Amino acid sequence: MTSSILDQIRGVASDLFNVPVNRVTAASSPETIETWDSTQHLNFVLALEEKFGLQLSPEEMEQLRNVGEAAKLVESKLQAGPR
Amino acid sequence: MTSDPKSSDLRGEADRLLSAGSWDLAFRCLSDLWSKEPGSTAAAFLVSRLEELRGKLPLLPYRLAVLRSFTLEPAIPLLRAEAFARGIDLTVQAGDFNAYPQEILDRDSSLYHFSPDAVILAAQTADLAPDLWREYPDLAPEAVSTAIQRVSNSFSQWIRAFREHSSAGLVVHSLELPARPSAGVLDAQQQTSQASAIHQINQALRQIAGEHRGVYVLDYDGLVARRGRLRWHDERKWLIARMPIAADCLIEMALEWTRFLVPLTGKTAKVLVADLDNTMWGGVIGEDGLTGIKLGPEFPGAAYQNLQRAMLDLTRRGILLAICSKNNGEDAMEALENHPGMILRPKDFSALRINWNDKSQNLREIASELNVGTDALAFLDDNPVEREQVRNALPEVMILDLPGDPLAYAARLRDCPAFERLALSSEDQQRTTLYATQWERSQAEQNFQSKEDFFRYLEQEAEVAPVAPATLARVAQLTQKTNQFNLTTRRFSEQQIADMAARPGWHVLSIKVRDRFGDHGLVGVAITHDEADTSEIETFLLSCRVIGRAVETALLSHLAQAAAARGRQRLLGRFIPTRKNAPARDFYAQHGFQLLEENLDGSVWSLSLGQNTIATPDWIKVKTIGGRV
Repeated sequence: MTSSILDQIRGVASDLFNVPVNRVTAASSPETIETWDSTQHLNFVLALEEKFGLQLSPEEMEQLRNVGEAAKLVESKLQAGPR
Repeated sequence: MTSDPKSSDLRGEADRLLSAGSWDLAFRCLSDLWSKEPGSTAAAFLVSRLEELRGKLPLLPYRLAVLRSFTLEPAIPLLRAEAFARGIDLTVQAGDFNAYPQEILDRDSSLYHFSPDAVILAAQTADLAPDLWREYPDLAPEAVSTAIQRVSNSFSQWIRAFREHSSAGLVVHSLELPARPSAGVLDAQQQTSQASAIHQINQALRQIAGEHRGVYVLDYDGLVARRGRLRWHDERKWLIARMPIAADCLIEMALEWTRFLVPLTGKTAKVLVADLDNTMWGGVIGEDGLTGIKLGPEFPGAAYQNLQRAMLDLTRRGILLAICSKNNGEDAMEALENHPGMILRPKDFSALRINWNDKSQNLREIASELNVGTDALAFLDDNPVEREQVRNALPEVMILDLPGDPLAYAARLRDCPAFERLALSSEDQQRTTLYATQWERSQAEQNFQSKEDFFRYLEQEAEVAPVAPATLARVAQLTQKTNQFNLTTRRFSEQQIADMAARPGWHVLSIKVRDRFGDHGLVGVAITHDEADTSEIETFLLSCRVIGRAVETALLSHLAQAAAARGRQRLLGRFIPTRKNAPARDFYAQHGFQLLEENLDGSVWSLSLGQNTIATPDWIKVKTIGGRV
């Protein structure tokens, strides 16, 4: 992969929440991005699952409090191997 | 992937083009992005840009309501993006959970207030038949029959009520089978298995749909099975969000809906233009020769036979085939006529362009020869350079991007929504034959001194009749598909046609034409409505394959006579210009109508029926079939 997991997830968040990618950081969260509401949160989870080919549990969905944590979670799941 | 520099460049490029006001280029850029990474992230990007392009591109607005028993909101942006890439601006309303029975039955519900063009009814087996789904081993045979009957009756009641309240198209999901039957392998040993009970409901659904106009079954069980039942479902999402479909399968759901949306909106391809070398066979006929090209029942030739079979299947849906190949005509024709591995033969193709000319020029000629617009063409070529040349010269042509592996070619064709059809008329099934006789006809035409001599030789017979149940589908189809000789270009569904025909003072007529070369079938439609002393022509159209042979005059003459016979004083006609209907512009002027008014929206013409009649040329025999005409 040519860019880090974090950068890929910043791209996902930029598309889904319709904010420029350079304004999405690891700290971006529902508090800092207005369009990141509960409906969009499900879409965000689904987009990560689709993109990285994994499935998140309800507990893991709760952990996605910001972009940086999403990147950490995806990285650890990818290292654990494909589902 | 977002990481792919090309895809992120496309996003930036699309936004730059949007802010520069280059709408067409921005649209193309967005379409490229979608074909590179079809998925929920790109879908969100496309859908937000769609808002900026609305009103700036000729997108077709279309309203879709989705009635459902489960969460499918995440699939909606995927569907809207896919529709957008096909030139459709789709507005979607999702109904409340499990509220679909009330929404369908109550004519005052939000469903009907939304006035949808089409509606999808998506209910799960687990919700509609929880007994069959969860308690099957406990059910006595009578209880199974009762459950089958109950669900079938519900479908029947809903569909009937829907048809009473709306003329929109209706797509109903069939019921899926459980991934793991309650009885395990024992289920397959039983006469009335869980699987067969669900099959019986689906069979009943197909029958009910067939009894109503514009009601179609989406084979949801087949869709799930194609992907794999265990891959399709995500039990966790079902339990926490009522979302039963796994994230990576949502795109499959959206694409299956698109296969209905495309024929519903008429955004279909009518002609498939295919290349020969390395597309319909492996290798280059001019270099490898008849014995050197790869084509036959074994690998690797089988890949190309598979593709040819898929092409043959398209002809059975009324899609025409054409060849556009850079080759020496003799070499290519020898393979087409004599290669033992060929599934298709020259008679299967309605137009051939085997030469060294520019492919886009050949495509223009093929469209003109077959009397269709270039936007009705789909282009299949293994060479990306040719595809790019055509894409640049004729952006309206649908380009099929072939994958690298020839074994995947046939699937690429079979998966393409532009070739889907929801109903077949007998004209569709015979179209290739019709075009073959058309060719004989045009050969014959060249041997006559005057047009009139040729027309006499043709021995044309026309038959004008009011629309009837058997012709309804074809009449609606013609209003949806005819672009060139169409005075008002008003599109109608079968239901709308039936409604109009039933209204007092309205007349929906069709015309059939045959000549010495064969039967053209039903080729024209006229709709009039009478008010006070006037009969107004709402719709007047003719399929392009019979234009310019006095059929249009015969039909107009009939309208004038019939209106006079009903005591009307004048016949009123309208011409509404579109990008394609220039051939019809002077129609009323040529038949003695007076221009009443003309503005940007079109022109209004009037013929006083007292003094004037429209003469039908003696070389066409017109027969009128009974009913209110």
